[in-house]
This record gives sequence, structure tokens and C-alpha cells, in this order.
Amino acid sequence: MTDYDEQRLAELIRLLPPPPEAWARAAQELPRARATIDELVQRAEADAEFRRALLADLEATLELTGIEPSRSLVVALRRRLDTV
Amino acid sequence: MLFSALSDAELVARCRVGDEGAWNELVERFSRYVYAICSRGFGLRDHDAEDVFQEVFARLYGGLHALRDDGAVKPYLAQLTRRLCIDHLREGAREQPLEEPSGSEQDERLERIDEALAVHEALARLPEHCREILDRFFARDESYHTIAAALDLPAGTIASRISRCLGKLRVELEGRSDLPEPSRKGGR
Repeated sequence: MTDYDEQRLAELIRLLPPPPEAWARAAQELPRARATIDELVQRAEADAEFRRALLADLEATLELTGIEPSRSLVVALRRRLDTV
Repeated sequence: MLFSALSDAELVARCRVGDEGAWNELVERFSRYVYAICSRGFGLRDHDAEDVFQEVFARLYGGLHALRDDGAVKPYLAQLTRRLCIDHLREGAREQPLEEPSGSEQDERLERIDEALAVHEALARLPEHCREILDRFFARDESYHTIAAALDLPAGTIASRISRCLGKLRVELEGRSDLPEPSRKGGR
């Protein structure tokens, strides 16, 4: 594989910088967020008013509920709510 | 348990039974790849790239039970990320038209990202001091001074260490037949 001279290797290593640390950390927290998501979805299924509030402004409703609306939680929850 | 030694298929199988360590490693292993497809492959701005990045891993996590082939998580992620990037660009284009790269230009960028991932996988097999110095200098864009301070090395030796480690990386890559064909267009 003689095509990989130093310059080419350097370019290819440069192509994959790490994402901002917080992004990967948020994604890694998904398993721990799962219980919270399950709980919120159950409540949304049982309480139409809560579901309406969640769908209208998910982040604000989470904050009102005392849950920090991290990006990964919001994305995963929005996805689950779409299927409810 | 050394999760980094596990194959993709082994990691996926462990994630499926709720092993958080395996999930951490899976995210770690593919986070650069997903990020590169978003930002370099499709040129998404950070805010949009973050949305796609989180969506990709949320879908992977939620869809672990439906994966047909545990060993094919990389192509699954590549396809999912591309699809979500395209959706994102289309949504954005409704508000603000954008200049899309041609299909072949896009394909070429994505091929190079695949090739870069193969090089990073080879990098992961090098001794830690080489991994660290090459990653810091090229991928994290740290200066000789910063690297020297972080690794407690004389700054004057950084360039020669980088060169030696690139040599080791080339040796590691030689003879491997599972690498994507090096693309020769652009950037040389």
C-alpha cells in the first residue's frame, strides 16, 4: 500500500477530527436517559394536556417538569413521541 | 473488559443487552465518522450537524434490536447519516436555497471519509504514544508546543516523533486488503 505517503496519511487523519466532547457525551448518556424517556412517554399517553404541552414546546415542558432538555434527550424523546 | 478490543458485531450484541460500556465504546468508535459525514461530507453547520449527530445515535440506540447484521453497523451508520443530512439540507433549502455539490463531488468526499476511517482504525492499532501524537497534531490541530507540554516531551523532538509514527502507520497499513481503494483526486 505504497500510496500512503506521509502527506496523504496526514490529510486522512485530519479528515476525522473529534466532534465537540459534549456531543459524544450526550449520545453516550442515551441508555441512562431511556428511563426518563419511557416515563415521559407513558405520561404523555395518559395525559392529553401534558402531551399537547410536550408537542407544543418540548424543551420548555421538560424544564417545567424539572428535567434538563439536553439535545440527545430532546431528539430521542421527539422521535418516540412521533410514534405515540 | 477492554471494549476497544471488541469487534463491531460484539459491541452491538453487548449494547443490545444493555451494556453501557459497550455503548460508550460504540459511540466513541463512530462519533468522528458520523461527525465527518455531517460537517465535511455535507457541509452542515455545527447546529445542524449536532441535530443530525444526535438523531443518528438516538436511532441507532432505538433500532439496535432491528439491525439485520451486527457487523454492518458502519454501513448502517453511513447510510443513516447521509439520509438525515440530505433531509436536513432539503428542509433548510425551503427557507434558504443552497448550492449543492454535484453527486460525484459528494461521493468523492464520502469515499475519502471512509478511507480516513480505515486509516484511523490502523492508527488505533499503533502504540499509544504514536496514536496520541498523530491524533493531537493532525486531527486536533494542536501545536508542537501544546503537544510537548501535554505529553511532557521536549518540543524539539515532536516533528521527528510525528515522522517516525507516520512511518509506523504506513507499515501498519501495508498489506491490509480490507482498505477502501485510495482516492487520488484532490488534496494531494
